[in-house]
Amino acid sequence: MSENHSGATSASQAASVEPDAPQSAASKLFDIRLLIGGLFTLYGLMLTVAGFFTSDADLKKASDININLWLGLGMLALGLLFLLWRQVNPLRIEPHAVDPRAQDRA
Amino acid sequence: MLRLDVNLFDYTILAIYFILVVGIGVMARRAVATSEDFLLSGRSLPAWVTGLAFISANLGAIEILGMAANGAQYGMSTLHFYWIGAVPAMVFLGVVMMPFYYGSRVRTVPEFLLRRFNPATHLFNALSFAAAAVLTAGVNLYALALVINALIGWPTWFSIVISALFVLAYITLGGLSGAIYNEVLQFFVIVAGLVPLVIIGLDNVGGYSGLKEKVTHTALGPNSFSTWAGTNVGHWSNPLGDWIGIVMGLGFVLSFGYWTTNFAEVQRALSAKDLSAAQRTPLIGAFPKIFIPALTILPGLIALVLIPNLGKTEDLTYNDAIPLLMNRFLPNGTLGVALAGLLAAFMAGMAANVSSFNTVFTYDIWQTYIVKGRRDSYYLRVGRVVTVAGILVGIGTAFIASGYSNIMNYIQLLFSYFNAPLFATFIIAMFWKRTTPWAGFWGLLAGTLGAGVMHFAGYHIAYFYKGGVFDPTHSTINAQMLNFYGAITAFMADLIVTVAVTLVTRPKPVHELAGLVWGVHDPNAPDPDSVPKPAWWASPKLLAAVAIGIVIVLSIIFA
Repeated sequence: MSENHSGATSASQAASVEPDAPQSAASKLFDIRLLIGGLFTLYGLMLTVAGFFTSDADLKKASDININLWLGLGMLALGLLFLLWRQVNPLRIEPHAVDPRAQDRA
Repeated sequence: MLRLDVNLFDYTILAIYFILVVGIGVMARRAVATSEDFLLSGRSLPAWVTGLAFISANLGAIEILGMAANGAQYGMSTLHFYWIGAVPAMVFLGVVMMPFYYGSRVRTVPEFLLRRFNPATHLFNALSFAAAAVLTAGVNLYALALVINALIGWPTWFSIVISALFVLAYITLGGLSGAIYNEVLQFFVIVAGLVPLVIIGLDNVGGYSGLKEKVTHTALGPNSFSTWAGTNVGHWSNPLGDWIGIVMGLGFVLSFGYWTTNFAEVQRALSAKDLSAAQRTPLIGAFPKIFIPALTILPGLIALVLIPNLGKTEDLTYNDAIPLLMNRFLPNGTLGVALAGLLAAFMAGMAANVSSFNTVFTYDIWQTYIVKGRRDSYYLRVGRVVTVAGILVGIGTAFIASGYSNIMNYIQLLFSYFNAPLFATFIIAMFWKRTTPWAGFWGLLAGTLGAGVMHFAGYHIAYFYKGGVFDPTHSTINAQMLNFYGAITAFMADLIVTVAVTLVTRPKPVHELAGLVWGVHDPNAPDPDSVPKPAWWASPKLLAAVAIGIVIVLSIIFA
């Protein structure tokens, strides 16, 4: 069946045909929540601190909203939320080899 | 000329961001061992990641600046590009088409055409997509350089080379995972950069009602806050033309063609870890898409009110709406975040195109026609080399664009002719199993020609001109409306020719269509009961219904 699909052999199939072919390393992929959380926490802290030293000129420029402070707090909250989510529900990437169809073909 | 007042604080924020961009590529490198790891993320990503990447791949800076410009120029009618022109197609892709794409295990959209039709159809689509993708990457790169030059004063050539090197670093190392992870990060940074602009801007003009009242007194007039006013067929006055063009041309043909067959989008869903996650990819993307107009159209309208002469002089084009507001309102710090978001969006616009180009070139052109049957490690190497080559061509394109911007416009117009008929071919292919291999090829060709012919003929039809009066200088032509009608023509031409050719040529044996056509079961497909089901709140049908429901309610409120 699958031989008919010229040019359509998937890598998982190829892996089962070649004995020394490399297996997918996708399960080693890191968790992006760590970086989103880390970056937003860092930016949040930087902006919040800057928000405490907002000059009158900056305040006037931004329509009397201390935007560095508010954006800083918002980003800090989102950053911590991502870090918390990662703690509560850690990443589990199942290796691609468990795909039932790849096993059928092998 | 507008020049942002960037200081060391902003540069620190930018530097942190750019280090992270490359860091993602370096860290994703460990997860690349096969060509499918590199080009399709090993089909391992969770739905929320692919869903946000799906929307980010479209949320390039050209889109953001362009939609703000449309907001300032056309008013609330710009909403049609989101609620009619995107969400229904995204829902259709997730609910109806994804089982064929993901379920048949094709690795690219052209590969679906190869299995469903024949090599001629496949090559026609693969070559036109690859050329368009690499060119669009170059156009994004050039637009990025222009903005960097205007905002912070770096020379254009320097910006082109530096940004290309950053993109090169993270996709050559991390492959599609590097691109997708950066897209997810970019989504949050761009939102964080635009939200302050909208909050301060709205506060400044007296809230939403204040904005509405003030816009009414501009050249846009009272109809600017209505999406459907003036769309009567026969005597339209809406900036987007009549409702047939908006609903059929934009909402049906163009939108479905782009969202359901453009591989730069579909690729994000194909990298999801299972069919359910692939189906949810465009559905999760639909929710941000519904609300993004608040971050693009509103700044456009705010700029229209606050910046005198916006769009009237060469220095103050509509495209400058967002940078002008950033300059006016944002203090250092927040300014750095907004700038990081904007630059990230430009890089993502380029990266999405390069990372889909390398996949189509490696699998559909190199592996299928040029060097067949090598082991996977060979194609992984080809993928990396093609990525570098694609970026080099992109750099070349950017330099050509900086000298001949008109040529770029014509080439992009040409590629839009190739896009217009795609949805017709896919929808017949998936639902009519009799459709023959050659019908696929001739249908696509006829549709492409149809779009081109209509585009040139339209310039001689008075109906497409403002007020229905022909203008020999073509300056009052409604280019958007003509574009919509060109798409309708392409769709009809494709449909008619596909059916006609099918009736006189031989169909494929049914067993070769397993899993590719509705109603033809694939005997190799996994038993539906053995596949883990998502929780009830994550079921594709529920997400689809909620997304459509929100769009209907919002459409009524903002009609």
